[in-house]
Amino acid sequence: MLEQYIPIGFMFIVAIIFGIVMSKLSEWLGPKNPNDVKLSTYESGMEPVLSARERVSVKYYMVAMLFILFDIEVVFLYPWAVNFRSLGLFGFVEMLVFTVVLMLGYIYLLKKGALKWQ
Amino acid sequence: MSLFDIAFYFFALITVASAALVVFSRNIIYSAFALLFTFFGVAGLYALLGADFVAVAQLLIYVGGILVLLLFGVMLTTKLVSVDMKTGTLQALPATLLFAAVAGALSGVYIITDWNVLAGAPDAATTAVTIGDMFLTTWLLPFEIASVVLLVALVGAAMIARRDARSKPTQQAAL
Repeated sequence: MLEQYIPIGFMFIVAIIFGIVMSKLSEWLGPKNPNDVKLSTYESGMEPVLSARERVSVKYYMVAMLFILFDIEVVFLYPWAVNFRSLGLFGFVEMLVFTVVLMLGYIYLLKKGALKWQ
Repeated sequence: MSLFDIAFYFFALITVASAALVVFSRNIIYSAFALLFTFFGVAGLYALLGADFVAVAQLLIYVGGILVLLLFGVMLTTKLVSVDMKTGTLQALPATLLFAAVAGALSGVYIITDWNVLAGAPDAATTAVTIGDMFLTTWLLPFEIASVVLLVALVGAAMIARRDARSKPTQQAAL
């Protein structure tokens, strides 16, 4: 039963090893000639004026909340997607109803200007 | 020890160790990030028990969504540089009593319950196909109602955003 998860496990191991090897390789092989400009926080960018450890705006919370809602929609799409062929047009119409209801909410959000960055 | 056992103890170790880190970490940001591994370990256990759809939902919603919300909650409510970020130990006696009560109740349930023990690992067949089939035939109405529930949540979110926009001048003043 575990055999079908072997590719995923393999993928995980390769990803972890790849990440470690690549960052360590560039650390060992890369030339290091630091100067003031290179060592600034954003090279060729603006000097940071304040601490980055500030309270973030509450507007980000809104974005995260909407993300979860549409994330849950994707979870509902997944069991339909694996059955797409066997359910055929009937399943498609059902999913259309599901999506349209959520689309109404999305349009409502747009009209209310909830997605505008004030 | 079979491959199944090794995988189980691997995920159990990840879950328990990171859960301990969540509780014992003095910095709430570290706790939130340790929770990532707890959720991941639980997803692994779900997959191991043949509940692959639950595992995918766990990864998508908890690891992908709830944790982001939690991190934003941490970043919104506290000043990261000040001391109130740290969690201290207080009310040691009531906490100990509460812990003893909860642990006792859970252990009691664990011992008393007549667990349904399966011989060997669960079947390999993917559950997503069955769940999808049931959703779109037998349980169609609850499925469509789920979209209405999500719609209500969207409208609620829009209401919060609108109130935010209205109180914008005061918020600007506060900043």
